[in-house]
Amino acid sequence: MNTDTLAPDSNLVPPPAAKPDHPLRETLVIFLKNKAAAAGMILLLIVLVGTIFGPALYGVDANEMVWIPLSPPGDGTPLGTDYLGRDILAGILVGGRVTLIVGAVSAVMTIVIGVVVGAFAGFFGGRVDAALMKFTEFFQVLPSLLLAMVLVTIFAPSLTTIIFAIGVVGWAQIARLTRAEFMRIGNLDYVKAARAAGARDSYLMFRVILPGSLPPIIVSSALVTGASILFEAGLSFLGLGDPNTLSWGLIIGQNQNYLLDAWWTVTCPGMAIFVTVLAISLIGDGINDALNPRARKRG
Amino acid sequence: MDTYQKVTATVKRLIEAFLLVMAVVVFNFFLIQMAPGDPVEVIVGEMGGASEELIAQMRAQYGLDRPVLEQLGVYVGKVLTGDLGYSYYFNTPVTQLLLQRLPATVLLVMSALVVAVVVGTLAGTFSARKPDGMGSHVVTVLSLVGYSAPVFWIGMMLLILFASIWPIFPVSGMYSMRRPDGIGYYLDILHHLVLPAVTLATIYIAFYSRLARTSMIEVLGQDYIRTARAKGLPEGKVVWKHGLRNGLIPIVTMVGLQFGQLFAGAVLVEAVFNWPGLGRLAYDSILRRDYTTLLGILLFSAILVMIANALTDIAYRWIDPRMRKVKA
Repeated sequence: MNTDTLAPDSNLVPPPAAKPDHPLRETLVIFLKNKAAAAGMILLLIVLVGTIFGPALYGVDANEMVWIPLSPPGDGTPLGTDYLGRDILAGILVGGRVTLIVGAVSAVMTIVIGVVVGAFAGFFGGRVDAALMKFTEFFQVLPSLLLAMVLVTIFAPSLTTIIFAIGVVGWAQIARLTRAEFMRIGNLDYVKAARAAGARDSYLMFRVILPGSLPPIIVSSALVTGASILFEAGLSFLGLGDPNTLSWGLIIGQNQNYLLDAWWTVTCPGMAIFVTVLAISLIGDGINDALNPRARKRG
Repeated sequence: MDTYQKVTATVKRLIEAFLLVMAVVVFNFFLIQMAPGDPVEVIVGEMGGASEELIAQMRAQYGLDRPVLEQLGVYVGKVLTGDLGYSYYFNTPVTQLLLQRLPATVLLVMSALVVAVVVGTLAGTFSARKPDGMGSHVVTVLSLVGYSAPVFWIGMMLLILFASIWPIFPVSGMYSMRRPDGIGYYLDILHHLVLPAVTLATIYIAFYSRLARTSMIEVLGQDYIRTARAKGLPEGKVVWKHGLRNGLIPIVTMVGLQFGQLFAGAVLVEAVFNWPGLGRLAYDSILRRDYTTLLGILLFSAILVMIANALTDIAYRWIDPRMRKVKA
């Protein structure tokens, strides 16, 4: 190992001839050239703008009976009304807020729990690893949706409970991934060098190893976000969402019984979920391709 | 690895699985403790009220006045003898309820799994032959769609299409009102099974086609495939016989691991199609706030998943020579 260049006296280090391209730059360029990812970004942007500014612009109260119940699209309202005569479009615009907030917050929670558990298991190895992996396995054998249903039912449905439930059930995969990355990178020379230089464990874990293991974690974060949104939709569909806040899944669940007579009541909110998750998947795929160009054709 | 080692490894795996089951049982017990209300409150509620003394007497009868740890011991003992409690809503022991509903779910999950694996593998392999061809892009797009659409919504869209606009399949349930006899009985079930099974399969078709594609692209780039081609074997034989044999390995592994997720998906699909399985039972028990049944389902499905995982693991150790030194 070349320790001479690490000497504190900076006069001894020759100035670099030319600044090499920052690796992130190359990644960014590949990402921006990806048409599918660009389409995903545009779709997500539309969804975000729609849910943030839509309700104010459209100006119809989503909880009010505004028209004849179950009237089809175009007949008084743009996307029709539900069984209570509420405007579906207004519901979609407002309902997206809950779906997106729950999806994003619970995805962050999932990722944080997964990364911390995986980091400790991979870094310390041995007994810590064995214990943490048993813990992870425990959460993997419990069917995630059922566990989330149980948690939400027991702790009364509210936004906090739902976020907590989704966060608790989904982190196992991330933990395994992080652990594998930590084990691989922990043996590389630059980590050994940092260790030899006397870096503390916490510094090694989160400043030295974590940055190197981020690419696969970022890619699966996109997947986790999509999955969390689908999860929230599933829970609200089953009537386990916060009953007082409109969300896409809740609209579908409430109109389930009228689906054969009024297709628009479930089709449009479902389309909104689909488009949002699709956009996130496309972006995730794009990030994956950009971060490891060699695997681009592996799909 | 000799037989002795294989047996010890198998025994060790079984013990691990058992300990994991016990952990789930204990976890389940604490969830029950946290659930609002206890059986006595439910009974009293149904009786329309009772005196303080009677309530205390009933609590004692059910052992609810004992310390938590003692109750835990009793609960574990009961679970080990197959007693998961009594559902006051359905008026049946929970275990009996679960066993009644199990076949419908197994039928649904297994048919969906078979459809997903077969279609997914075919699509993935087909697209791997020409990774940049049109067919390949179609598979990629379809799998993205399968990943992104909520499964219950796919079910509803299929219902609108094939039970309303073009009504060739029944709307819900597993049997017709008038159950036909003999072979007709099974055909009737099959007729009801098509839409729910296809719905549940969609998400997994997406998953398996991606997996098969990745796996086959890798396999088809290997030397022995080049050799097979150089020998002048027809391309079809190279891909479907030589290639697929190795390409299938990761797919088989995933089938075992995906079991739990399939069960989870079944909850939503059964709720949409009113399919009388465990998932529908879970949905109903949530609506009725029947915690005993709900937690029974959680425990039961966790045990099923663990059995499936352990079996896959053990089978691998005995079948695949490359697994000998790899810790699962």
